[in-house]
Amino acid sequence: MAGGSSSSSSSFSTAPAPSLVDSLFQRSLDDLIKALRSQPAGAEPSLLSRAVAEIRREIRSPDPDTKAVALQKLTYLSSLHGLDASWAAFHALELLPSPSPLHKRLAYVAASLSFHPSTTDVLPLSTHQLRKDLSPSSPPPFSSLALHLLSLSASPDLALHLAPDLLPLLSPRSSPSSPLRPKAAAAALRTLSVCPDVAPLLFKPLVDCLSSPDLRVVSAAVGAFAELASSGDPTPYLPLAPEFYRVLAESGSNWILIKLLKIFTRLAPLEPRLAARLVDPLCDLLRRSSAQSLVFECVRTVFSGLPDHDRAVRLAVDKVREFLASADDPNLRYLGLRALSMLGPRHSWAVEESREAVIRSLADPDPNIRREALHLIMVMVFDSNVVEISVLLVNYAMKSDPIFANELLDAVLTTCRRNVYELIVDFDWYVSLLGEMARNPHCTRGEEIERQIVDIGLRVRDARPELVRVARGLLIDPALLGNPFLCRILSAAAWVSGEYVEFSRNPLELVEALLQPRTSLLPPLVRAVYIQAVFKVLAFCFSTYIDQLEISQLSSSIVESNTAAAASCIADGIAGMESTDGIATGDKPASLFSSIENKDPFTCESLTKLLILIETAVGPLSENDEVEVHGRARNLLGLIHMLREILTWKTEEQGFIKDNRIGEIVNLLQSMFSEELGPVSVNAQNRVPVPEGLVLEENLADLAWTLTEDDTAPSMSISFSLRSHQHGKTKDAAASSVRSASLLAEHRKRHGLYYLPTEKDETESNDYPRANDPLLPASQGDVPEDLVKLTKQSLIPRKVKHTKPRPVVIKLDEGDGVSTFPSTTVKESKDDLLSGAIHDALLGEGKPSSSQKRYSDKSSRGRVKDIADTGESVSQSKENLESGNREHRSSGSKSKHRGHGKERHRSPQKNEEKEEKNHRNSARSSHHHERHKHRPRGEALLNVAPRAPVIQHFLL
Amino acid sequence: MNYIIKIHFVILLSRQGKVRLTKWYSPYSQKERTKVIRELSGLILTRGPKLCNFVEWKGYKVVYRRYASLYFCMCIDADDNELEILEIIHHFVEILDRYFGSVCELDLIFNFHKAYYILDEILIAGEFQEPSKKTVARLIAAQDSLVETAQEQASSISNMIGQATK
Repeated sequence: MAGGSSSSSSSFSTAPAPSLVDSLFQRSLDDLIKALRSQPAGAEPSLLSRAVAEIRREIRSPDPDTKAVALQKLTYLSSLHGLDASWAAFHALELLPSPSPLHKRLAYVAASLSFHPSTTDVLPLSTHQLRKDLSPSSPPPFSSLALHLLSLSASPDLALHLAPDLLPLLSPRSSPSSPLRPKAAAAALRTLSVCPDVAPLLFKPLVDCLSSPDLRVVSAAVGAFAELASSGDPTPYLPLAPEFYRVLAESGSNWILIKLLKIFTRLAPLEPRLAARLVDPLCDLLRRSSAQSLVFECVRTVFSGLPDHDRAVRLAVDKVREFLASADDPNLRYLGLRALSMLGPRHSWAVEESREAVIRSLADPDPNIRREALHLIMVMVFDSNVVEISVLLVNYAMKSDPIFANELLDAVLTTCRRNVYELIVDFDWYVSLLGEMARNPHCTRGEEIERQIVDIGLRVRDARPELVRVARGLLIDPALLGNPFLCRILSAAAWVSGEYVEFSRNPLELVEALLQPRTSLLPPLVRAVYIQAVFKVLAFCFSTYIDQLEISQLSSSIVESNTAAAASCIADGIAGMESTDGIATGDKPASLFSSIENKDPFTCESLTKLLILIETAVGPLSENDEVEVHGRARNLLGLIHMLREILTWKTEEQGFIKDNRIGEIVNLLQSMFSEELGPVSVNAQNRVPVPEGLVLEENLADLAWTLTEDDTAPSMSISFSLRSHQHGKTKDAAASSVRSASLLAEHRKRHGLYYLPTEKDETESNDYPRANDPLLPASQGDVPEDLVKLTKQSLIPRKVKHTKPRPVVIKLDEGDGVSTFPSTTVKESKDDLLSGAIHDALLGEGKPSSSQKRYSDKSSRGRVKDIADTGESVSQSKENLESGNREHRSSGSKSKHRGHGKERHRSPQKNEEKEEKNHRNSARSSHHHERHKHRPRGEALLNVAPRAPVIQHFLL
Repeated sequence: MNYIIKIHFVILLSRQGKVRLTKWYSPYSQKERTKVIRELSGLILTRGPKLCNFVEWKGYKVVYRRYASLYFCMCIDADDNELEILEIIHHFVEILDRYFGSVCELDLIFNFHKAYYILDEILIAGEFQEPSKKTVARLIAAQDSLVETAQEQASSISNMIGQATK
């Protein structure tokens, strides 16, 4: 029927015909939903795109019904199927003025969905309509819709324009129990937050809402203040404390109480007397309330607002223990843990009391609870218990599931690394713990462990023997080589063993481990590290061997006994040396070289075997595809060839000694590796001052003449003719490179400033001894002196305890503490803007906001009184203005500003200087947090007064 | 831009990960919204029944609660009161229940807008508004009747033709 009549009518009317057909055959939302539900899986995208095409056509219809339905469908698709609706913002706008409540409602919902405060360009067009709907003459449901839209999509401009229209809705005169007033309060909050400039206008009505008889209004206002106080600097709300306190005493609604407690959580730390007043009501609530949400809020208020009031803390801790013990409610267990981690180190006794429950939570079925328990435990780590806790966690990681195991390892690694290992006293223990972590089958934190192993090697001299021992354990285990997560750790282990090979108990065994067949499983870069380590070990072996021979030669020339005696003598000597190095000689690993171990570390025979082993293992690698592996293998082979060429010493050791070429080669190699590597600050380069008169842009080609023959030598020595097997040449190269190395060292000494600074002011914490600093003798004997020297030099903030056996940890402050501020800085500045504006509104209303005088004593008093009037606690405030202010010790930042105004009257001569100081302070502090550490000096303290009176009175 | 807001968004998810209602109190672009929903359904729907009702997500807390086949999720700042949000969710569900008469997922599917209006009475600008279930019911009923009468006047087909052929 309908279809027939429509087609006939459409044939009559010409122009709008398509839209009429659209209107009549338009699918309703229900149709669309049904179609979506009945379609087969996978057809959804095509159906959606067809629907959107339909909507795009229908939405242009001049008929409001058609448009409304189209908008409704779009709203549905956009909010549930994630389709973009921003293109329809204008169409939603078109429908806003519709007189029909249905259309209006749809339009508002669509608008609130498609409008985005910063990207919707038609937003300003809605200003007029919103104003109209907000006006008291329009029906309340319309105003309600407008409030919603305003609160969701307010841009700063819109907020500024419409703020005055909120006033009638906020005022108590509008109607006794209008449902709009609480909504207007919420909208006012949003308006304030996007546009702090409207604070003078909206703040007072919002404060008035607190004394409304209607609980919903109070609730909305308290909610608004709770958000304001907890998102920025709470200081401006301190004068309202009496109001809040009154509501706390009068209101029985849990909803309101929770919000109030949030406010007090922020205010209590600012005002000790307020905190004292809160103890009783809080304890009362903690004891009586049956609503867990309220109890939890009380606990939080006590923990973060009143940590000094033992009675309240005690009660709250008991509640938390109840939470932790509730077996059937995971929420309470979770929140209990969270609450405890709020308490901080001062109250570690509270955690200690619930220790068992906390540790047990590590095994909770809920991963979130486990994580929270872990977090709590890590907060409670001190240098006294770090060993115990870390061992506990690392052992537990063995047993737990892979994800959590890694979280545990992460926690231990991050905590121990903090501030350059400040918690760690016993590095031997920590290093072996790192080794244990690597053996956890779930471990995927290879990179971090790698970093720490190398880092400790560089920074902590005393930990090196243990590091080498741990590294050996990792390297000889063939099982570890197959695990891709561990290769980074192995790389670090290989590097450590190569770099600090002098601490190795059995270098030959080490070479064997580094060249075992399964190393082919490693990625090329790690293999390259392995080969380089072999290179270093080889060089070390030969140099030790030659030292041995030299000693033996000496001794034999003195004693003139047979060689056997000399050999045993050397063996003793070596063993003695090793034991002074603190290296344990114990278990004998099953190894090719085990037979020779300890008897005589390096004999002709063992070295020959070593060379053969290396040659066999590395030989094939010289054809490797990977450049890193290839290059290093060639280096190593080159060295071996060179050594072989001179191996006349195979049989007669005396003859070898005479042929000193090998000694030179070995010395050269040793000198290459003997320079100790140190950590380098990330800012090292920046710290190098540009010398006066140095033109950095100038072309260096002109300077070619400055290069003397000697200066070019180093580059030659790098290639150092490993491939050339002519003895004479090698010797030459060796000699020249030794010379050039010393030249280089001299050059460094002369131009010390191009490298890390050596001598700086002692107070500068980045004072790091250069890697080859002469202050650090290579011998291990005088460590205590080193400790004293170094700590004095570079670890300034720390108090040195000479009795403490903690080894030296080299620390570069700038590079080590990485701060991540930028995002928070933006937030803070914004918040400060708002709380500043509110502060103005509260204390200096009516004055032009840019004027300094708005903070003058008089106006702030007037303002304060005004606000206090709404409560009961008013009458004596004036008397109290002067008294008792002196002891008021607020540390708020705002107080300073007010200090200005007053100071001007008192000590004008000092004013200037002071002002300047304040300016500097505020400039600096604006980058930091809202609560500043610096306190005004004595005089400024007096001037903090203007805010105090209300509190003062209220607390007396 | 930093918004001072309590509840950042509300999402209703079905057990299968279908979205049943979304309301965004902090401004998110459509792209971000889709991403948030995807991430959260991965995070929440996989959690077992006897675990706690809170998940941490990008520095925020998402409080969720399952009613039959529906997950009600609300996102708050990490330092807000999770139990309070659970109560707000429960409050919302009770009001829905009262309005639809033992509410089920289908009710929400076909009365999508109604669910919106009810939510709007409870939360405004991400702030909890209306503690009284009765008042919400009354307000919604009043709006409904207002709309219905208007609809009756407007939607008769003759009326529509009349408008079109004017």
